[in-house]
Amino acid sequence: MAPPRSAFGASPPGGRPQRTGRAGSAASAWLPRVLLGLVLAGCLQPVVAGEGRTPRPVVESATAGTQCVAPPDVMRREHMNFLKHQRDDTVHGGIRGAKFSLKGCIECHAGQQTGSVNGAPTNFCVSCHSYAAVKIDCFGCHTGKSGAAVAQGGAK
Amino acid sequence: MSRRGFLGVAAAGLAGVMLAPGIRLIEIAQAASPAATPTAGASPKVRWGMLIDTTKCASGCTDCVTACNTENGLDPKPSPTSSQWIRKVEIKEIRTGRASSVPVMCQHCAEPPCVDVCPTGASFKRADGIVLVDRHTCIGCRYCMMACPYKARSFVHEELSDQKPDVPRGKGCVESCTLCVHRIDKGDKTTACAEACTKAGHGAIVFGDLNDPASEISQRVREIQTTQLRADLKLDTGVRYHGI
Repeated sequence: MAPPRSAFGASPPGGRPQRTGRAGSAASAWLPRVLLGLVLAGCLQPVVAGEGRTPRPVVESATAGTQCVAPPDVMRREHMNFLKHQRDDTVHGGIRGAKFSLKGCIECHAGQQTGSVNGAPTNFCVSCHSYAAVKIDCFGCHTGKSGAAVAQGGAK
Repeated sequence: MSRRGFLGVAAAGLAGVMLAPGIRLIEIAQAASPAATPTAGASPKVRWGMLIDTTKCASGCTDCVTACNTENGLDPKPSPTSSQWIRKVEIKEIRTGRASSVPVMCQHCAEPPCVDVCPTGASFKRADGIVLVDRHTCIGCRYCMMACPYKARSFVHEELSDQKPDVPRGKGCVESCTLCVHRIDKGDKTTACAEACTKAGHGAIVFGDLNDPASEISQRVREIQTTQLRADLKLDTGVRYHGI
């Protein structure tokens, strides 16, 4: 909003010098505070990031020696679209083993300990989705475990 | 386009085109991805079907049911509310006392009533005649269960865990026999039930392409008398029975 103006539409006489004088004294007062704030913020930043109320996504790295089907920035933004489009081709068309399969994701991204992408809060899918407050139901039906982990579970 | 936008696009383009001389991201991705060629998909020239010879099907034998449960990760010890994709029905003609044992599953109709009644399009028929439920679209209304004359479909009432990677299943969806679609799509020529029946030496279930005149199932249905269950409904089922 525009600052309120006087009834005559002009600055009151003597306004200008008065203002510059005030601005000079104000600057000397707020500059150290801002600097202090910046320094404090700089110090506190890592602590807040590490122990905030919301856990930061600790994205587990994929199985060593594997290469994702698309660059990471593309996958981060578009993975849901890739999966959604391909699932219709698979379910209705019977085309399996195409580039963007959920099974393919799980094979590389299953966690070392759990063998799953959703077995622990740090596992690949869950860590990011809980951070982004995305609640998806892929794993209501699809298993989050890799083929190797499922085979192991069956053998037990 | 703003200057900043242009620079961003130019930088991204440059990074995408060249990582090091002669190496591009796309080439790395293509070289590393193992899934080189996806499967061809369902062909409209094919009509998958099954022939069940009830004269070879022993009463009390549940090899096919067990194989189905194992293959698809169904409950190995079914409760009254568990899903069943294939079940054994014992029938008896009261006057003569002639009894037969009949495995009944989704009949994969050419004119499936479950597809007609589905309000969301989740129940559908593939090009190769396999009738399926798309669980992404199923809302669990169970109209299809009401419509099916064969009681072939089940509803999943409780949350499931440890599903098979190839057979996703979950609470709130209707499901039924898929003719082991995950196997067929990969090029396998048999279903779990037919395989188990053959392996056990009964040979009561033959799976194959009804449209291919050279296939075993086509030859058998040409030679022996077969019936469709509830043929009066004119649903043109893909599963046919001999000896009932």
